Parts: sequence; C-alpha cells; structure tokens
Amino acid sequence: MTTQAAERLDRRAREALADLLLAMADDEFVLGFWDSEWTGIAPVLEEDVAFASLAQDEIGHAQALYRLLVDLEGRGDPDEVAFGRRPEEYRHARLLDHPRTDWAFSVARRFLYDTADAARLDALVASAFEPLAGLVAKMRREETYHLLHMHAWMERLANGGDEPRSRLVHALERLWPDARCVLAGVDDAPLVAAGVLAEPLAAVEQRWLDGLAPVFERLALPFPTVAPPAGGCRGPRRSDDFLWLWGQFTMVYRSDPGATW
Amino acid sequence: MSSPATRVDERAVWDALAEVPDPEIPVVSVVDLGIVRSVELDGERLRVELLPTFVGCPALDVIRDAVAARLAGMAAEVQVEMTFAEPWTSERITADGRRKLRESGFAPPGPQPHGDRPLFATIATRPRATCPWCGSRDTALENPFGPTLCRAIFWCNRCRQPFEQFKAI
Repeated sequence: MTTQAAERLDRRAREALADLLLAMADDEFVLGFWDSEWTGIAPVLEEDVAFASLAQDEIGHAQALYRLLVDLEGRGDPDEVAFGRRPEEYRHARLLDHPRTDWAFSVARRFLYDTADAARLDALVASAFEPLAGLVAKMRREETYHLLHMHAWMERLANGGDEPRSRLVHALERLWPDARCVLAGVDDAPLVAAGVLAEPLAAVEQRWLDGLAPVFERLALPFPTVAPPAGGCRGPRRSDDFLWLWGQFTMVYRSDPGATW
Repeated sequence: MSSPATRVDERAVWDALAEVPDPEIPVVSVVDLGIVRSVELDGERLRVELLPTFVGCPALDVIRDAVAARLAGMAAEVQVEMTFAEPWTSERITADGRRKLRESGFAPPGPQPHGDRPLFATIATRPRATCPWCGSRDTALENPFGPTLCRAIFWCNRCRQPFEQFKAI
C-alpha cells in the first residue's frame, strides 16, 4: 500500500515526504527520551506514570513513522534509522535540543510541542499519502490525552503561586524562539502541491498561534512575537545536551549494531 | 489437493478469534475489543487484519503471534497483519466486551473526547466514567495515564474507591 501511494508522487514530493516523516519521527523520538528521563524522579508518583506513558506513546509514534519512511524508501530498517545515525543527521526541531531541566520547563516545552504537533496532525489527517493519513488519524486520538494533561498542568503551574508561576514564565521565555522551529525546516511546497499536506507550514503555524493565544491570555502568560532562529531549526548543529542524550539512547545499539534482542 | 477433514468457514475463524484473550486485560478477547478488522477466507488462504488499539502498544506482537498460533492449520496459508488503514476507536468494543470489562472492575470507555474535531477543540475536555463498583457518575479523573497505555485512573466520590477505565479514544 505504501509503495502504491508513493508511486503517485513525483520525485521532489517523495523526497520532501521522506524528510517530513524523518522530522516528525525524530521530534517524537527525542521528546520520548526526554520524557523518560523523569521516570523515578517526577515530583509526584502519578506523573512518573504519566510521563512513562507519554514517552511510550511518542516512541511508538516514532517507530510507526520510521517504519513508513523505510517502506517509502524501500530500504533500511526502522531500528537502524532510529539508533544508527550520527547526532548531526537527526532532524528534530531545536525545541527538543533542551534537556528536561525542571518540572515547569518540561511542562512548558511539552505544551508548546504538543499544541504545535496538534496543528501539524490536523493538516495531515486528510493527506493524499494514505498510509500517513491512517497513522495520523490514530495518533490524534492519543494526542488528545497529551494535550488535556499538559493543559491541566499549565493551569496548575500558572495559578499555583509565585514560584511555580515564575518558573513557568522563565521556561516559556527561553523556549518560545525554538518552539517556532516545530512547524519549520521542511520543504513544504511540494507536499502542499501533491496534497500530502493540507496547507503550507506557515499557515499551520498561524493556526497553532491562533489556538494558543486565548489560552495564554487566560493564564496571563508571555506570548511574545518572537521570530524563529535564523536557520538551523532542524540541525545539523546540536546542543551539548542533545549530544549527551544521543550518547545515552544509542549506547546499547552501538555496543553491537544489528544484534538480535 | 485433498479437502480438509472439517471444512473451515469464516464463522469458525471468528469463533476461534473469540478465544484469543487480550494479553493486558485477559477477561476480554480480541473480538470483544473490536481489534479484528476483517477476515478473508479464500480457499487455501486465510487473511486476518487487526487494528492496533494504541500505536505504541507493546502487546501488538504478542497479539499478532497469539492470533496466528490460534488460526494455524485453519488454512494452508495464514496471514495476520496489523493495519492503520482505519483507526481503532473505543467505540469498536462490543456490548459483550463492555459487560465483561465492567464485571471485572474496569469502567468501559465513555464517549470519545475527540472524534474528528480539530485537536485544539478538545484541550479542556475532562474524560468521564461511571464507577464500575457502585454505578455512580460522580467520579473524577485522577490520571489520564495508567498502568498501560489503554487505561486511565479515576476516583469515585460516592464509594470512595479508585478504579480504572478503558480509555475512550
């Protein structure tokens, strides 16, 4: 099915689709690993459970997206794509280069990412590339729970007194420019022309910001009109924190590539 | 080719599938959960399509293997495939499945918070559940994430007991 759907795309659209799949998969994969950093040390037991589940969802989404990519290209292996690349070859957005930091920072980053990802998924659910449309329809139902959970935490921290609020505000101020990278850094014109993506990423981003504005207004949180960083939204230069995480999540794979577990 | 001793029809395949339990909630079968999308029996070839409940569900391989093992021998060639061609939703859980869940202390899924609306529309939704112990609707979501991806944790304000719900998705 993937092969047939891919054959209807011209070469440029197919290359852009491969990059979109890799970018989305890497976003979910890297975020999933940052989430898993909270296992055992979250501020309350329930968040230990929640972040472990969030991590499992994201890494599951990444696995399915890597599988689509491998099927599209007709070669490779999802595990090899996930674990067998050099750090500079990853295509995740710069928002995911930050470490987990403190709880407010993880909540803020997740909320910004989840809402941007929601806008992106909404633009892919009727994709002309049917295998992606099917997977996205499934992912959206799961992401609903991520959104409502992180929204509840944004309210709790924003209204939770001086310290939680100031930590949240500080985290948002640091994260905003890099958050603008989630809906950028992919060659979207051929995807829109081929009907793979419903609208240009700039329009998706506008929908994201329009959806966020009332939430931020209600919680009186900073909503600056910051520009995304000039270039480098999706690598190849990476933070030391990501290099450390890469060392962690590829450690077992690198010890014996191709081993059967 | 000699004909098999007992002729297998689609009904027999569905009956066999109804004996394959879900590995995480074994009181319900893969048929109760509505995971089976299609059964195609074409002479020597039996093809079954399954819908994953969650993309990252670690039980997917276990379910596929258990289904393949149960159907082995029902046709010369047995194919069991997972597909995302349509999303599995909790609406697919059968009435029987819901009863079995309730009887073992799981609240069956409520209405979907999502449907096909844009995701922002669902941001402040609070999932609801009816207490499987006392039947009260006066319950509160404690954690949308539970011991497995498909389970959420609620608290019943009437009988003052925690309980799990099979998530509405």
